[in-house]
Amino acid sequence: MTPEPQLAQILQAHAGREGALLPILHDVQAAFGYVPEEVYAPIGAALKLSRAEVAGVVGFYHDFRAAPAGRHVIKLCRAEACQAMGGAATQSALEAALGQKLGETKNGVTLEAVYCLGLCACAPAALVNGAPRGRLDAAAAQALAGEVRA
Amino acid sequence: MKIWVPSDAAARACGADALVPAILAEAARRGIAVEIARNGSRGMVWLEPLVEIETPAGRIGFGPMTLADVPGLFEAPEAHPKAQGLVEEIAFFKRQTRLTFARCGRIDPLDLAAYEAEGGLAGLRAALALQPEAVVDVVAASGLRGRGGAGFPTGIKWRTVLHAKAARKYIVCNADEGDSGSFADRMLMEGDPFCLIEGMAIAGLATGAVQGYVYIRSEYPDAIAAMRAAVERARAAGMLGESVLGSGRAFDMEIREGAGAYVCGEETSLLNSLEGKRGVVRAKPPLPALEGFLGRPTVVNNVLSLAAVPWILANGPEAYHAIGINRSRGTIPLQIAGNVRFGGLFETGFGITLGEIVEEIGGGTASGRPVKAVQVGGPLGAYHPRGDYDLPFCYESFAEQKGLVGHAGLVVHDEGADMLGLARFAMEFCAVESCGKCTPCRIGAVRGVETLDRVRAGDAAAIPLLEDLCHTMKLGSLCALGGFTPYPVLSALAHFPEEFTPVREAAE
Repeated sequence: MTPEPQLAQILQAHAGREGALLPILHDVQAAFGYVPEEVYAPIGAALKLSRAEVAGVVGFYHDFRAAPAGRHVIKLCRAEACQAMGGAATQSALEAALGQKLGETKNGVTLEAVYCLGLCACAPAALVNGAPRGRLDAAAAQALAGEVRA
Repeated sequence: MKIWVPSDAAARACGADALVPAILAEAARRGIAVEIARNGSRGMVWLEPLVEIETPAGRIGFGPMTLADVPGLFEAPEAHPKAQGLVEEIAFFKRQTRLTFARCGRIDPLDLAAYEAEGGLAGLRAALALQPEAVVDVVAASGLRGRGGAGFPTGIKWRTVLHAKAARKYIVCNADEGDSGSFADRMLMEGDPFCLIEGMAIAGLATGAVQGYVYIRSEYPDAIAAMRAAVERARAAGMLGESVLGSGRAFDMEIREGAGAYVCGEETSLLNSLEGKRGVVRAKPPLPALEGFLGRPTVVNNVLSLAAVPWILANGPEAYHAIGINRSRGTIPLQIAGNVRFGGLFETGFGITLGEIVEEIGGGTASGRPVKAVQVGGPLGAYHPRGDYDLPFCYESFAEQKGLVGHAGLVVHDEGADMLGLARFAMEFCAVESCGKCTPCRIGAVRGVETLDRVRAGDAAAIPLLEDLCHTMKLGSLCALGGFTPYPVLSALAHFPEEFTPVREAAE
């Protein structure tokens, strides 16, 4: 993949912005599905940063991916409020139904942990391709697995 | 016939979106003209999705709605199995003092005319009529303290920025609401975004800042979208821009998205992140009020602090100060979550007791088993046993009890909770989320996990070591992440010591 033309557009859109690096990285990830290493140097050149500085920022944040995610992304909340409502059982049910563990991408599905979605009064909760889901129990986990594998 | 279906993420998580086409289809089948409006959440999350029908007597609610409940909406409403009666007469709602959340759930969040009709912009107009120093005086006199957790007096922070000499100053809103059990920021941004915009504009006028940023965590896509849309509308309507409400005074703002780092809820880490750097904590001093975003004077306030300001300006500081106890003045939007029967957002004056919150308002556990512990204030807050039920909810009482109010999120756990496991989770979370700048947090959290594993394995000698480690983290960490992680650990140990003692062989 050659990121040049799209990247140039993104950099242009953020020219002169205060603290532009995170917005740029979000746009890069939206465009490519992840943040390819090839973009570090040109972004650095545009923002007067070293390649290492850009790499350091990419590496700091959980959101930025080093490889593309699956077609479906399930972010399952594992924080305290969801734990209090049987989140561990929901996790096991979902892992079993999908045949993959938290943190794995398999068959086009990325399953990962997230720590709080602000859906703590309808726990356990998840974000499925960006859409909120609440009150997840084992049955809902089964249904969700069916949905993303359809 | 006008029907309200909430668009709040919690309502959507429980199926609100699917109700809209179902209601329209059912209405069409019956030949009834229906207008659907989307509102924010009333905060009664156990009733979500809470659908409301407008009647001459007021809005009547139905919830939690499922698709199967839709046809019944067009029959006799009082006979509907999910009928809740007049929404604002529901005990949970009626008992509140809703100042910050007065409009949330009542209006279409992006309808600026409705916002104004329900009291919006009155605070901004009042602020425009005052000199900056006088606006700061009002906020100071209200007794408002930072709602993000630290409880620092908002007026003092604003005064520092007002008097700082700089060509450019900033208002930064901390919307990195990462604490489990907290969702008030999210609910406000999704349900009444203009209220936050108004609060930020007032902060700008009071301190001489002309640019604001709202840093919202990426885990809140709906809130980000709502805020972006609201800022555009506010700008188009002249509420933001070169001349705020035609006053000739400028203030504008931008929404920025976080990238999944819990520590960025700490203000200096947030500022670094906003600048495009690693979200590493900065040593204080210098205070952000003097050297904040890009080294310039910056007000960093939580969503709820800023959103409280329009009401204070509109109604006067005395009215706000009259509510609350001790040095905890005004209202606090409690977020009742976890294993609880009536979970949701409950705005009330400081002073209500923990027991009232959990048992009377929250209705005890969802599972029906007895409450074992309530974690107050997020992942860095203490676990309180039922013995703490008499504690009045305020900054002072919780600090005395080796706990914290934090962002006022409460997570209820029933008897099944594994306290050692939760203590271990606190350390594990700190280890994952530590920014790495200071040793007590970076190394201490890892050692904490290992030490708790030794406790679990039956090594009694590990307990004093754990206490010593917590002491070091408390006193030696640069910010609240490492400094407060000991709170859940030590409170679990203090209140549930039997779960930390070695398991004896049954045969002995």
